[in-house]
Amino acid sequence: MIAHALFFYFFSIIAILSAIMVIVSRNTVHAVFFLILDFISIASLFILIGAEFLGMMMIIVYVGAVAVLFLFVVMLLNVSEQKLSWFRGSRKTKHIPIGLAVGAVILLELIVVVGGWKYRDTFSETKFLNFEKDFTNTHAIGNVMYTEYIHLFQISGLILLLSMIGAIVLTYRKREGVKRQNYFTQVGREREDSIKLVEVESGKGINLDD
Amino acid sequence: MIEIGLGHYLTFGAIIFSIGTLGIFLNRKNVIVILMSVELILLAVNINLVSFSIYLQDITGQIFTMLILTVAAAEAAIGLAIIVAYYRNRGSVRVEEINEMKG
Repeated sequence: MIAHALFFYFFSIIAILSAIMVIVSRNTVHAVFFLILDFISIASLFILIGAEFLGMMMIIVYVGAVAVLFLFVVMLLNVSEQKLSWFRGSRKTKHIPIGLAVGAVILLELIVVVGGWKYRDTFSETKFLNFEKDFTNTHAIGNVMYTEYIHLFQISGLILLLSMIGAIVLTYRKREGVKRQNYFTQVGREREDSIKLVEVESGKGINLDD
Repeated sequence: MIEIGLGHYLTFGAIIFSIGTLGIFLNRKNVIVILMSVELILLAVNINLVSFSIYLQDITGQIFTMLILTVAAAEAAIGLAIIVAYYRNRGSVRVEEINEMKG
């Protein structure tokens, strides 16, 4: 139990500090690195409380795909050089103290909700789904994912397809002066377009230029 | 303090959520940091779902966490594509300069 507490505080303090560094660091590349640290810390927390499959999935999806995508775009657009002073725009703006106040109120409300939350017996009447002790976490997820939640699974696949198509459509750019293969003209080519039969008289030769 | 319960995890999620919200409010640099803040917020939601799932011994929360994971990945891809397209047109992704649709 003490080990659990120690690991919890270790990972959560690292996660909170790196989350703060994500929003305050001046260099965007550094922000992406702190975001990766944050993802890994929270994945460790997931593994710590027994959701191993999700922890590993977080590392694969977030660190392996999303963070690398962020890093790729940041380096591609060369926006990491735009170092502006933190908390200050080029114009005088009023929204910094208002933003801080709203953030503080949100945190306060969430803490109050968490503190005032009591375990209610009605909560335990939710539908229990195959959470048995002799199953591993992955086994339990796989048991319900392809049976009870098959539609959610398929919808998430559709969402991924949609995002892929959307990203391609948004970033597609037609360039001028690039030779492309046109299948229709290739297939639709007729014999008469390319072959001309010429009657050649013997001893005279032929002029091909006309 | 030593006994780690549901409240600790929920408080942790609340702190991460608030940091993400603050990141959206206070950002003056570029839009990419706003997208990262949105990722932080989705992460906080995931923490809540997983900790309730473990606490109530119900696997459903973890299934929904995977759905949120999918949506987060899709959102990052679309958002970054929009940013790339905008940068091509404008040459900058600074938040202050994006005011074309301001009334």
